Amino acid sequence: MPIHDQGYRRYGGSRSRGRAWFVIFTTGVRAMMRSRWWIVVMIASWIQFIVRAVQFYIAANFSQAAVVAPSAATFRDFFDKQDFFVLVATVMLGAASIAQDRRANALQIYLSKPLTRLEYICGKLSVLMAFLLFITWVPAILLLVVQVVFAGNFTFLTANAYLFPAITVYSLIEVLTVSMCVLALSSLSTNSRFVGILYAALIFFSDALYGVMRAVTGGTAVSWIAFSNNLAQLGDVIFRVPLRYETPWLVSLTVVVALIGVSAVILERRIRGVEIVA
Amino acid sequence: MADTDPVVSLDNVVVEYGRNRALNGVTASFSGGAVGLLGPNGAGKSTLIKSLLGFVVPTQGQMRVLGLDVATSPVDIRARIGYMPENDAHIPGLSAVQFVAYCGELAGLPAADATQRAHEVLYYVGLGEARYRNVETYSTGMKQRIKLAQALVHDPDLLFLDEPTNGMDPKGRDEMLDLVRDLAHNKGINLILSSHLLPDVEYTCDEVVVMDKGRIAAAGPIEALKQPRGRVYELRVKTHGELEAFFDRLTAAGLECHSTDDDVVRVFVPGDGGARQLFSLAAAEGVQVRHLRPSVPTLEDVFAHAVGED
Repeated sequence: MPIHDQGYRRYGGSRSRGRAWFVIFTTGVRAMMRSRWWIVVMIASWIQFIVRAVQFYIAANFSQAAVVAPSAATFRDFFDKQDFFVLVATVMLGAASIAQDRRANALQIYLSKPLTRLEYICGKLSVLMAFLLFITWVPAILLLVVQVVFAGNFTFLTANAYLFPAITVYSLIEVLTVSMCVLALSSLSTNSRFVGILYAALIFFSDALYGVMRAVTGGTAVSWIAFSNNLAQLGDVIFRVPLRYETPWLVSLTVVVALIGVSAVILERRIRGVEIVA
Repeated sequence: MADTDPVVSLDNVVVEYGRNRALNGVTASFSGGAVGLLGPNGAGKSTLIKSLLGFVVPTQGQMRVLGLDVATSPVDIRARIGYMPENDAHIPGLSAVQFVAYCGELAGLPAADATQRAHEVLYYVGLGEARYRNVETYSTGMKQRIKLAQALVHDPDLLFLDEPTNGMDPKGRDEMLDLVRDLAHNKGINLILSSHLLPDVEYTCDEVVVMDKGRIAAAGPIEALKQPRGRVYELRVKTHGELEAFFDRLTAAGLECHSTDDDVVRVFVPGDGGARQLFSLAAAEGVQVRHLRPSVPTLEDVFAHAVGED
């Protein structure tokens, strides 16, 4: 029977529960992969990987180039350079993530289905985190592999055994923090452009404020004021490189945890099937 | 759950938005089939539906849907119901078939089944030819249909339809009502239709719950509610004095007057008084009766009687 001859039929097939977040994740990834600009950003974010791979090749094959030989600081620096792409991707994807759903009243569609608010947030978070890990954790780990392949031995890897967990832990902290923050901002508005600008402005404003405070105080103890400084400070601790600010790393960790906590509270309050204006 | 059990039951449910009490101790039960939820704007119809969906948490009372407690099993309930919201709602950036299939997957259907059902349901609601278009390009009427499609894709046991004919042209409205009627009467889906349009409810539903100011004003089968507890007349009069004085006299005599869109007043005469009582009251007030015709009670009379309109 052709489809157009069929009326409404009852459904007798199977139903599963608890995979709604994964449905949101796969649909979100597919939607982003249809965007040409997004593909351009993803490809561009891997340029540094290629440059570093060439660096590792030269260092492994030409003894005169020992000065460019990789170290833990190289991997730490890799993450610093990737921050630009993390910002671009966060603004492009994260800003629209919930704001567009709120604009289209999609939350009441989502939450009238058998999924919880937590599953919805996890679904949205997983899309953003997956792409951010694709431009941080994946190339960093591949660089480790490339180093082993080009060097032809495990000397560097065994001497720096903490690098694999360091890369993983730092990637997760960075990606989770920025994802939670931008999703929280996204849930506050129905205008994704506004959210994107607000997020970028918060980053730059807090950096500028830190610059002013540093000039006034003559020290870097107030680095915790800037969002990105806290992540940088934690990165230095995790990669065991000299700390760049005087702020105790525990303070930076506290700020990061607080940011995640505040974002979670905002998301919990804003992700509702109905907006109540009392 | 036995067939005779109510699909929805509420026990002393109170919902407050700040100081405003949207549902004020609502106790009711909705049997299977098609039930209309009638009431003027602000009566609490949408709040009631949103409470049943778990979007709004009551400050007091208990609610059960399909035998499950809303407070403890909201996700289990939502797996078995479909919700068509009142206002525009869609997932941005998707075509109609992607949107409906996505909703099916969110409801737990396997991807292949969800896609197949999305096509079927879109044909059923009359969007078969437009199913590859982005939902954002749809007209108001088409958006109403796609909302119905997303509510149906996972084959719910109970449908909540919140003002399903809002913004539709007359032809589209008739088609939507036919769909709703077909779902309830031929496809075996229980539904609760919230509307302030009496003809919509009367055409599609067997039972009605009338709400007013956050309370249940009347409830029961439409035909039973329409049973006369007296007689109804259409009345047109001419008077040199104030018409209001005549209506006040009718009201004082225990008659109910409801004005209509035309210049005709519907008068409900309780008991056996009938037309003779009307004529004598008109004569006493010096009013000429220009038109008097017996009428049958309509849902409009039930509604007006329940919410105390005149």
